[in-house]
Amino acid sequence: MTGSEDADLPSGASAAHDDGERPPPLPPRPSQPSTPKDRPRLASKPTTALSSMNIQTLSFPDGSRGTFSTAVDSSAADNSTPQPTDDFDISALGFHSIGSTRKQDTDESMSVMSMAPTLRPPGDLESLLVGDMAKKSPAWMLLRSQSAAVQPFETTPAEQTSIFASFEQEFESIPDEFDRDWNDGDRLQLWKSKLKHYMILSSAGKPIYSRHGDLGLINSSMGVVQTIISFYEGAKSPLLGFTAGDTRFVIVTEGPLYFVAISRLGESDSQLRAQLNALYMQILSTLTLPVLTNIFANRPSTDLRRPLQGTETLLSSLADSFTRGSPSVLLGALECLRLRKSHRHSINNAFLKARAEPLLYGLIVAGGRLVSVIRPRRHSLHPSDLQLIFNMLFESGGIKAAGGENWIPLCLPAFNNRGYLYMYVSFLEDRSEDSTPTTDAPSVDETIAIILISPDKESFFALQKMREDVVTELKKKGHLDLIKATALKGRPSAEEIAPNTHISHFLFKSRANVQFCMPALQSTFSSLVSHRRLMSLYSQLHANMHARHSHLKVLHCVSEEATSLAWVTPIFEFYCVAGPNTSRAVLAQGANKVMQWAKREEERLFIIGGGVF
Amino acid sequence: MASRAGPAASRGMNTRFAQFKLVLLVLRFVKDQFDSYRESTIGAAFLTQTISLDESTTVKFEIWDTAGQERYKSLAPMYYRNANCAVVVYDITQSTSLDKAKAWVKELQRQANENIIIALAGNKLDLVNEQPDKRAVPTAEAEAYANEAGLLFFETSAKTAENVQELFTAIAKKLPLDQVGPRHTRPGQRPGGVSLGPVEGRDTQAGGPCSC
Repeated sequence: MTGSEDADLPSGASAAHDDGERPPPLPPRPSQPSTPKDRPRLASKPTTALSSMNIQTLSFPDGSRGTFSTAVDSSAADNSTPQPTDDFDISALGFHSIGSTRKQDTDESMSVMSMAPTLRPPGDLESLLVGDMAKKSPAWMLLRSQSAAVQPFETTPAEQTSIFASFEQEFESIPDEFDRDWNDGDRLQLWKSKLKHYMILSSAGKPIYSRHGDLGLINSSMGVVQTIISFYEGAKSPLLGFTAGDTRFVIVTEGPLYFVAISRLGESDSQLRAQLNALYMQILSTLTLPVLTNIFANRPSTDLRRPLQGTETLLSSLADSFTRGSPSVLLGALECLRLRKSHRHSINNAFLKARAEPLLYGLIVAGGRLVSVIRPRRHSLHPSDLQLIFNMLFESGGIKAAGGENWIPLCLPAFNNRGYLYMYVSFLEDRSEDSTPTTDAPSVDETIAIILISPDKESFFALQKMREDVVTELKKKGHLDLIKATALKGRPSAEEIAPNTHISHFLFKSRANVQFCMPALQSTFSSLVSHRRLMSLYSQLHANMHARHSHLKVLHCVSEEATSLAWVTPIFEFYCVAGPNTSRAVLAQGANKVMQWAKREEERLFIIGGGVF
Repeated sequence: MASRAGPAASRGMNTRFAQFKLVLLVLRFVKDQFDSYRESTIGAAFLTQTISLDESTTVKFEIWDTAGQERYKSLAPMYYRNANCAVVVYDITQSTSLDKAKAWVKELQRQANENIIIALAGNKLDLVNEQPDKRAVPTAEAEAYANEAGLLFFETSAKTAENVQELFTAIAKKLPLDQVGPRHTRPGQRPGGVSLGPVEGRDTQAGGPCSC
């Protein structure tokens, strides 16, 4: 596997991204030698014998480029002389060849360290080594990569098979103690077989929530957890996490609450910590911070399950979306419904026109994807707050099943953790023309919800009126049908976005807009397990790119199950996955194609600013 | 009578169409997998439901359905203000739920519209029909309390819909429909009521079985 970094990122890139006022793309610069900075050499050499002779350039959406290069010397050879560069014309593939190569031991070792070791040589290796001895034409490389169009995850390393095999049963519930077919030992065994656990307990040791198993079953485990955490708390050195076998324990302490994540899915500490933090936010969203603090200040031994009653399903659906793997959670970003700019503008205007006086935020959401946002000039919505709302409305199902219109007090902790806001929610599908409530609810992918948030708890009827007005206006202009049709159509496939590039899936996050887009999940990734494997790969890439001190910009990983590329700049984060035999050149070409697409479609893919009042 | 009759929108020649506001305070039940009770435990749901009393009378309920949870108690007045009737639901398999129901009845009698019609509904009848030993609140006990407090009383099953229609019909019959003739109402006219916003003019009709 190889890791590399681009040489010189234009610093103006981020500034040029604001508010759609950016200069037209620069013409491609002529090929020129990159001028690598001097890097400290590591004492030891990387242990994998894979490297590459190609230097590729990734074109940034704003027209600038980053080089993508690695040295070709094998790990064993301590050879500091630059390798001869290939002189074939890779620009035929859309890349610019660059004159010099350099050794990048730092990055090399980083990627080696962070990726699971591959015992057998990946498919890519052969082509690379062949290329070293006998230069191959671009056409040959293209042919090679096409002949070996193996989908990602078609082959699995043996050590991973067992973990993912049991993932099928991850969400099956554990029978309760009244089930006579099960004894406690079997139930405990089943509980232990789960790959992921979340536990919440009070610092006094009272259990509050556990994703799996009733509290009677796991009371003793909770006790052990509490003892361990308290021991370190007592020593004024809070325990952050520990490892037992292949299981990682991560602990977050928030005031009187302990949050524990137990994972065998290989997530990084910071990812697990973010998940636990989201659970904490969910609790705050129910109670608000002052109430939570008061409860425990007055009676430290309070059983928090009572005040939280009814929200267990929200915690569980949140936890399950983490366990299944959610791009939105991983990237901390939202997905929008792809719409023409003029349509979005018109929808925003209709929305703004109907605005009721007490409105704070207004959202139209279709199939879990944002269609339109209106907000006051000074406020913007925080993604973590929206995540809580989306989880409540689209994942947990409780609200939607209730039917009708809903009036929900909730605290949006990132907006203000001290008080409640009031959320009016109406699912449009539930009020069809003939006014008969449909029993077969439409799938999440086509539900349109109007969400109106107000600080005034008496404003239900004002917001109800606003909803009527918005719907009337949207119907009149045909926007409602447009939204429905677009939501139904789903995301474009990766093949449509970047044809002939073998990219199976990608995530593209616009950092400025805190939004992301991705293609449809092909059948390859549609099952629970393959989706989790895809998300695990993304989460590994993400963890490597965001590891402290890593300073990676581009990371290319090859394993026997898939090749992947991560590319992070101040403007965007990009992750893509292709089959194990896809050559790096083809992958980089695909990345460029996606990048061009994202640039071209930017104002359709993302809501830039939204409607402001 | 402070009936908060909406606009008696005429439907057809003879049909009187009355709108009432009704509070459905659903005590939070212990989550029971066997029970298909929908979980409107977060916040409140606003629904409309129409039933026909006879050929000429249709009653449209505007229903606030809340779980009656402690933490949202400050919102409750918004739901029962101007309400004509309220259904307080308890769980017949849980004796503490009747105590909570009693507390809600007390609050409604003290705070809500003085002529509010309150019905007490003991839910999960289907569970008890299947396993009689699950019953924790005897029918007689609840009925005695209901009589004493002047409440309508039913034991219902949200799962099988047993007695649900009967409950709402009984409420509808007790409502002062006579005052809701077209002559008596204009939009916005609510003797002794506090306006909650433009509910008038709503013409939406929700049909289907009551699922509360």
